[in-house]
Amino acid sequence: MDYVLNILPPLIEGTGVTLQVFVITLMLSVPLGLALALLRLSRIAPVRAAVGGYIWLMRGTPLMLQMLFIYFALPFVPVIGVRLPDFPAAIVAFVLNYAAYFAEIFRAGIQSIERGQYEGAKVLGLSYAQTMRRIVLPQVIKRILPPVSNETITLIKDTSLIYVLAMNDLLRAARGIVQRDFTTSPFVVAAAFYLIMTLVLTYGFQHLEKKYAVYDE
Amino acid sequence: MQSMTNEATPAPTPMLRAVDLHKRFGAIEVLKGVSLEVGRGEVIAIIGPSGSGKSTFLRCLIHLETVQRGCIEVEGRTLVSTDTGGECRYVADAEIRTICGAMGMVFQHFNLFPHLTVLENLIEAPMTVKGLRREDVVPKAEALLAKVGLADKRDAYPSRLSGGQKQRVAIARALAMEPDILLFDEPTSALDPELTGEVLRTMRELADEHMTMIVVTHEMAFAREVASRVIFMDGGLVVEARPARELFASPEHPRTRAFLENML
Repeated sequence: MDYVLNILPPLIEGTGVTLQVFVITLMLSVPLGLALALLRLSRIAPVRAAVGGYIWLMRGTPLMLQMLFIYFALPFVPVIGVRLPDFPAAIVAFVLNYAAYFAEIFRAGIQSIERGQYEGAKVLGLSYAQTMRRIVLPQVIKRILPPVSNETITLIKDTSLIYVLAMNDLLRAARGIVQRDFTTSPFVVAAAFYLIMTLVLTYGFQHLEKKYAVYDE
Repeated sequence: MQSMTNEATPAPTPMLRAVDLHKRFGAIEVLKGVSLEVGRGEVIAIIGPSGSGKSTFLRCLIHLETVQRGCIEVEGRTLVSTDTGGECRYVADAEIRTICGAMGMVFQHFNLFPHLTVLENLIEAPMTVKGLRREDVVPKAEALLAKVGLADKRDAYPSRLSGGQKQRVAIARALAMEPDILLFDEPTSALDPELTGEVLRTMRELADEHMTMIVVTHEMAFAREVASRVIFMDGGLVVEARPARELFASPEHPRTRAFLENML
């Protein structure tokens, strides 16, 4: 027990890094995903195709590869080449990647809203933007909560990938101690940390689903 | 395209004028030149077999569908026109919204907003579209709910209502935007027979208040008793358009006669 208390400070520090990547990624990739979904449903075919290609690229290659590319290769790309420190590089990779997944979730949600809702809004004089904001998206949120919850829980675990950029997140902190002390118990403690975080997320999403359950479709 | 009249005083501008509307979905021509003029306070019932184009015609009037040829004017304002060369032209989007704002529509499947309460369904458009304040629109919305007999359902969500109640909320929601013309697209077709009465009663009250209404319906009794004129459509054309009692008493066209014999 003393040993566990002893290794807690570095693990808590690592959790801080994990949570930072998690929160910033979520805050940026959800709105970006929504924007991509709306463009994916655009009337302009080239726009649809471009977003489709982007989603294919982001879902079709490993997140770790994307992160390595942005950190190591992006500086040498002509025109857009820029050298990013490790943390921003990781954030950019996570946001670009998760936005693609959120875009598909939003698209499915938007397309699941019946045409009658758009028509009902239109004959009342609502513009497209007003219809989206006031009528469609509030209903979409209710429908996409389960897949978004899934994606969010995956994200909290995916953050451990940032170890490839030598950043001290929860898992890397645990591994460091394992290698130093020749004991695997830090892994168990790290697992408990992840479980607590996912438990909080699960509870949060359950609460949201309950809140939206006040109305049936 | 001003119509000529023989009367000494010019006829008042009709509330709605549709001339020679053509509409095709792919290879299928749904409207083959439909015209209709509706005066203030008139109640028009459009009847006909399914697939005759009557719903499509109604949807074209309020721009849920676009026509490929023809002309629509609402209260003298042109929504779409077709020049002599056959080129069909709609006015700008902003103008379309203004013009269609004179009309409200009630759908077969209600299309209420399920995430909003009954009251919120009524005040959504007045607040969002007209920019009115909540405290200014709530009393009027409550009055409309009382009018359709649903004051006690103010805070209920649509899923808790029966079909007939939903449709009455939909009518109140349309009225909340103060339209000059109300379009009904088979408003009772999705209802159990015992629930159609309450909706028809509400519509009858509107007619008594001289609301201008165009009603696509299979309710022959309603068409006969409430409508000032009945339009019989078949195969994308108006076959017969006459005062309700005349049409029901002595249909001129054999197709009208056959249809009415089937229905009654």
